[in-house]
Amino acid sequence: MEQKTQTGFKSGVPFAESAGAARPGAHPTAIEVADLDFFYGSRQALHGINMTMPAGKVTAFIGPSGCGKSTLLRCFNRMNDLVPSAWIGSGSIRIHGIDINGPNIDPIELRKKVGMVFQKSNPFPKSIYENVVYGLKIQGRANRAVLDEVVERSLRQAALWDEVKDRLHNSALALSGGQQQRLCIARAIAVEPEVLLMDEPCSALDPIATSKVEELIFELKKRYTIVIVTHNMQQAGRCSDYTGFFFMGRLIELDRTEKIFTNPAERQTEDYITGRFG
Amino acid sequence: MSHPFEEQLTDIRETLLLMSSLTDRNLSLAVRALVNRNNGDADVVVTEDSEIDELEIEVDEKVITYMATHGPIARDSRLMLAASKISGNLERIADQATTIARRAKALNSEPPLAPLIEIPQMAVLAQRMLHDAITAFVEGTYEMARDIIPRDREVDELNRRVAHELMALMMQSPENVTRAVNLMTVAKAIERAADHAQNIAEEVYYLYRGLDIRHDHGTES
Repeated sequence: MEQKTQTGFKSGVPFAESAGAARPGAHPTAIEVADLDFFYGSRQALHGINMTMPAGKVTAFIGPSGCGKSTLLRCFNRMNDLVPSAWIGSGSIRIHGIDINGPNIDPIELRKKVGMVFQKSNPFPKSIYENVVYGLKIQGRANRAVLDEVVERSLRQAALWDEVKDRLHNSALALSGGQQQRLCIARAIAVEPEVLLMDEPCSALDPIATSKVEELIFELKKRYTIVIVTHNMQQAGRCSDYTGFFFMGRLIELDRTEKIFTNPAERQTEDYITGRFG
Repeated sequence: MSHPFEEQLTDIRETLLLMSSLTDRNLSLAVRALVNRNNGDADVVVTEDSEIDELEIEVDEKVITYMATHGPIARDSRLMLAASKISGNLERIADQATTIARRAKALNSEPPLAPLIEIPQMAVLAQRMLHDAITAFVEGTYEMARDIIPRDREVDELNRRVAHELMALMMQSPENVTRAVNLMTVAKAIERAADHAQNIAEEVYYLYRGLDIRHDHGTES
């Protein structure tokens, strides 16, 4: 496997230089949120969020619609920067020890390290091959041999290679919904992120395609830290190591998934996951 | 308005309660058949055991159907596990009741060996354990379930004493052996019924507390 080059979120700055002693492996916590208050205009969407997400594990966010789980997910790669009314009131988010809202952080660099897969698959209207190498080409990497290698590796990691290896230059839009979603995952991991964010990645997929993506998540967590937002309780139970339950912008409970789904500490959590409210 | 799934969970609980009341009744009748030398009570126990067997299967069918269609989580998943295990233990208690009833009929056909020693006292303790375990299940009180568990030791101790006294009677005269063996079997069946009542109490504790305390595992300090 190709050795991952650690770079920070500042353009051209190596990871070790910008993060000090904080390196993946030496730092078991991948993401650390401290006292985070987040607003859309005057409406507070997140209230005093404190949590850590360990490296190399899958953390699931669950909760009713509007509880703030997707908002928090988008904070991790500063996707909310693109929403004009969004602002952070107080608190911090550190990824591998780096304050991602610090003054010298380049959001574009951040997003290379913190990839995202969305609810609806969104392949570009290009070939399968071009979709996978899109991020690398933007980075200026055009060596054909390198790109070929990345395409094969990414598609293999996304469990899609065997299905598309003979038609890499066909349109990505001809793929099935499940294949398109796995292509988007391949595209996200082609740039070798450290964290992979997934916002309801299976909500538009049938059970077979969902099963494939879930198997993929299980494989990917060996290489990446994954945070997944899902409305599917069974999926959270099957896929994640840790689960956080959110309600009305607050983190109600965060614990090992096994604990949350067998004997949660909070009544609100139990009522939600057993379908008694929400 | 309750969710449809709540009605299905209630149905599982009610089937368990029906099963427990029949089991409780059979255990009482079996002991009464012995104490009052009443074969009619013994016949009822043996005849109606099959109804409890069928209810055990019915509980398991409802549990597996609910699990397959609803994917229960947290306290609902614990209820599935507990319901299946409680029904299994109830069925075993009912089997012990039929053993007591059959041995009672055999004993009733002969003159009484001696006073029944401490067997009736054992039976009262076992029946109370079962009754309290079911009450804890109905009321959702894990403290009550936990307090049942040490009471099994008292039944075990009585069983040892009964066995010791019956051994002495057997050694006194060969004529006592058949009746003493029957009484020993009755005492053992009551002791096993108390074990099953303890198992039910442990399941009820797990159901409401989320902690497994079987075999002293995870006992709270």
